[in-house]
Formats: sequence, structure tokens, C-alpha cells
Amino acid sequence: MNFEFTEEQLMIRQAARDYAQRELIIDVLERDEKMIYPARHIKNLAELGFLGMLVDSRYDGGGMDTISYVLAMEEISKVDASVSVIMSVNNSLVCYGIQEYGTEEQKEKYLKPLARGEKIGAFLLSEPEAGSDATSQKTTAEDKGDYYLLNGTKNWITNGNTAGTYLVVAQTHPELRHRGINVFIVDRHSPGISVGPHEDKMGMRSSDTHSVMFNDVKVPKENRIGEDGFGFKFAMKTLEGGRIGIAAQALGIAAGAYERAVQYAKERKAFGTEIANHQAIAFKLADMAVKIENARNLCLKAAWLKDNHKPFGVASAMAKLYAADIAMEVTTEAVQIHGGYGYVKEYHVERLMREAKLTQIYEGTSEIQKIVISRDVLK
Amino acid sequence: MKILVCISNVPDTTTKIVIGADDKNINTAGIQWIINPWDELALTRALELKDAGKISEVVVANVGTAITEATLRKSLATGADRAIRVNTEPADAWTVASNLSEVVKNEPFDIILCGIESSDHNGSSVGGLLAGMLDLNFISSVSGLDIENEKLTVQREIDGEKEILETQGPVLLVIQKGIAIVPRIPSMRGIMQARTKPLQIVEATSSESMTETVQVTLPPEKGKCKMIDAENAGEVIRLLREEAKVL
Repeated sequence: MNFEFTEEQLMIRQAARDYAQRELIIDVLERDEKMIYPARHIKNLAELGFLGMLVDSRYDGGGMDTISYVLAMEEISKVDASVSVIMSVNNSLVCYGIQEYGTEEQKEKYLKPLARGEKIGAFLLSEPEAGSDATSQKTTAEDKGDYYLLNGTKNWITNGNTAGTYLVVAQTHPELRHRGINVFIVDRHSPGISVGPHEDKMGMRSSDTHSVMFNDVKVPKENRIGEDGFGFKFAMKTLEGGRIGIAAQALGIAAGAYERAVQYAKERKAFGTEIANHQAIAFKLADMAVKIENARNLCLKAAWLKDNHKPFGVASAMAKLYAADIAMEVTTEAVQIHGGYGYVKEYHVERLMREAKLTQIYEGTSEIQKIVISRDVLK
Repeated sequence: MKILVCISNVPDTTTKIVIGADDKNINTAGIQWIINPWDELALTRALELKDAGKISEVVVANVGTAITEATLRKSLATGADRAIRVNTEPADAWTVASNLSEVVKNEPFDIILCGIESSDHNGSSVGGLLAGMLDLNFISSVSGLDIENEKLTVQREIDGEKEILETQGPVLLVIQKGIAIVPRIPSMRGIMQARTKPLQIVEATSSESMTETVQVTLPPEKGKCKMIDAENAGEVIRLLREEAKVL
């Protein structure tokens, strides 16, 4: 066992921390309130290499390991989960999926601009009636010989409007059910694509979430990823890795709220002393610290397994389930420690609490993670 | 033109300082080391000038033991072309300056940048000493630097005003805040490239120091703050007179 980080990993953590604490913090409240997309930050993070940090340097990525990614995601999420979800979707769903399963031509044409952050990616799996049950895809991709014709609607699409490149999951052979599903690389500006309004979300309001409609959208045959019918397996495999990113995001949200709670508890006085000196508050902080440390260790273990090419699906499900649940608990306690101040926007913890809730829902709900884990337990 | 940026390795500015058992040093256990903030701004400006094509090479140098290499590699990750570490304990400003002077004697630089002070010892001495040892042109409190056709335009902060000077290399500039807006953050690519950039270790030519630390102590704890209601202003006068005894 070795719990030491490398010099590079520490540098990446510090770089992410510096950017978050110096830059993201400046306008995070305004962007959250007014649902402003963080365009300037995404451009800066792209230049620093965070948007393609997991991609091999051959394809213009950072060539970093998943442990570095967890460290960076935690630091960015401590301040702004709207930015970290954009980073997560681009890195661990879209770039990872194309790098792992795409052809050389697809990597040259689509992966490189995504890794450089010149284009942003979106992953279009969820539908109005296909969330956790991803096999029930209603979007169709009809095989027309030298192209596919896409029709249908996708829901809750992170980067739905700003993305330049979509990965779209659609049904080609309904009779084969999930074995008939394919995944396609689709240019967001293809004729026939329309994007719905920006969803007015509870949290992560600065990231742009939209419905995306496909109306007779032609997709070249060479834009299909993998063999005919590979789409469902592709989605499940990609989401395994994606969970590590969202687990690290939940960890960061929890840690961000905890750090604010510790600072506040040392400053705020009640009954003649700082509230940190009251056991009621000190014990809350102790419980929060243990939960965060557990979540961090689960995230890092899942990342280590992935980096060492060992099966990581169950570990990433455990990390996401636990980190998302404790993010909700820790942020709620952080609001409680702040009292009335915690309930107003200026102190950030109510925003972190709103952000935490989404981590229990997207990229596989907590209940889906329990299915993954229990199937492994009972196999 | 070549720039040398002198780098101090200092504890993170949020470190809670604990005095070591010998009462002469701080306890370094668990400390996170960073580039001295003024040096980091100097490095940022040097890199900006290189990006603008006005500088051909940015070199960083540090006097310190192996513990400082993480800081030097971060400088390389941020964009410096190479690093030099003079292998000795930076006992005082004299030790640091005399060893840095040997670096410059071996390899001349057009511009040498030193932070105005280090955030740990606040000595504010190395830049001046180094310029003296090298018999170099020397400008202090520099908050702006530009280069056109080998001519340097230097901005200084003086009492309530800004002063603009022109000079040319070789010159040693002592850097104040303002030289760069925010320190540059290393990119992923830079972090990867830092592994392969040269980090040269040279042995110290001198370990002589001119001062000896006898004792370091923490400042006294701040007294407890007393809150007095606004309508009870007379009580403030009484406390200042009878307790604080300042009236």
C-alpha cells in the first residue's frame, strides 16, 4: 500500500485549487443565480488542459492518470460543481468513450478538438421515458445504407447547447432490445437538431442542461462507434468511468462545505465562545471529516483500479453511491452549523447543498448504484 | 536575452507555524512548500515576456537542499526552461546571495529578478546583496517591466506615485507586487514537460553565513476582544484608561 501522491499529482491538485480559489470563486454566486454559462472559465480550463486531462497526449490530451483527475475534480467542485460537471462529462464520458472505443479516424477528427477543449462534448443517453432504464431507448437510428437517420428526443443533457460534439445513443434494431442500440458521434450543428430551453435547475445552475430533439438528422455511417449493436455496452462501460468523476465531484462538494463549516465554527461565537468549542458543533465536524475521508478513499481506490487496468465498475459504483450520499449529509450539516447564515446565498453552503442533491441522481441514481453493488455481492 | 529568476522555497502562507525543539527553527513536519509569492509573480512576468518573444530563456535558481526540488519543478511546470539548485542549507541572506553570485559568474544573465522579500524570513536582503557581490546595476521595488529593442522600461512604486525608468541589461531587479496580476498556474502539458526539463544541481561554493539564529519565537497571542454596546461608549474610555492604560 502506498498512500503518497506523486509530485505531479500534487502539482495538479494545487493547480486546480489555485484556479478554483482565485478565479471560480469570483463569480460563482452570480452565475448560479442567473444561470450564466461559465464560458470564460471553460476557456481557461481548456488552456490549462483540464478538459482533456485523461486523454493520451498522442491525441492532444494531458495524459494524466485517474488519481490526478479525482484530485482536480475535488478541488474544482469545492468551489463550483457547475464547472466540474462540464469537465467531467467532457473528460470521462465523451473523450474517454471515443479514446477507448473509437477508430483512429474518429480520434483524429473528434477526440483531438475535444481534448484541447476547443470543442465541448455532450453525452446523450437519457430520454423522457428512459433514465435509469437506459435499455428503453425511443430515439431511433434507422440504417439507410450509407448513413443513419436519427429521430427522437434526449433529456437532461449537460452541455446540451454549448457542446460541439454529441455522443448520441439510439435504437437501430428494436427487436434486439438493448443489443440493437448504437452510439454515434454527431456534429451538434447538423441539420435537424434543435435544442430546448435551458432547464431551470435546483443546483448546478451555471451548467447548461437542455433537451435535444432530432428530426431526420443524417449521421454518416463512419460516425458509429464500434460494431452494430455496441451502443448499450458502450454506454455502460463509459458510465463506469464517469461515475468516478461524479463521485469525486460529490466528494469535492462535501469537502467544500466542510471547509467553510470549520472556518465558520472557529469564528462564530455563541454563549461566550467560538461555536467550535461546543461539543454539539465539534462532533458534527468530526463526523463530517470521517465521511469525507471515507469518500475520498473510495474515489481514489476506484481511480487506482482503473489506472492499473483492473476491474473498477463495482468500486466506482461504491464511490459514487457513498460520496453522493455523504455530500448530501455533510452539506446539510454545514448549513446547520452556519445557522441562519447558512440559509442565505452569500455563505455558499446552501448552494453546495443544492449541488449535492444532483450527485445522487445523475450518471446513475444512488438506487442504480445499489443494483450494481448488490448484483456483485450476490453473484 | 536571458532572465534568471531567483526562487525561495517557503511554507504555504496559510501554514500554522510551530517552533522546532531547538527553538532556532520552525518545525517543518507536514508543511506544504510553495514558491515565495513575490518570486512567483516575478516568474510569471518573465514567462509573459518570453511568450511575447522578448526573452529567449527563463532560468530559475534556488539555494537549498533536496526539499526545494518540488518548488523548482513547479517553476519548470509553470514554464521556466531549466532550473539550477545550489545544494546547501540557505542559512541566511549572505549564504544565499554568495551562492547565487557564483551561478551568475558561471553563466551571465541579462536580467536577474529577485522577489522583494521571502514570506518566511522577510529579510529583503538577497537582491541587494547579490547586486553588490556582482557589481550590477540594481533597481528596487519594481512593479512593472517591459522590454523593447534590448531597452528595459521599469516601473517603480514610490511614495504615492509611480516612477518610470529606462535601463539596459545586465541588471538586477527587486520585484514588488504589481509586476504581474496573478501568478501563472501550470498547465497539464507543463506539468508533464517538467519531468524532462533540466534541473541542474551544483555544489555550494560557500556555506559561510554572516548571522546566527539564536532563537525564534511566536508572536504573543492576540488579546481577547471585548464587545461593548454602542450606547455604553463611556465604558470604552474607562477600559482604555484602567485596563489598557493607554490614556
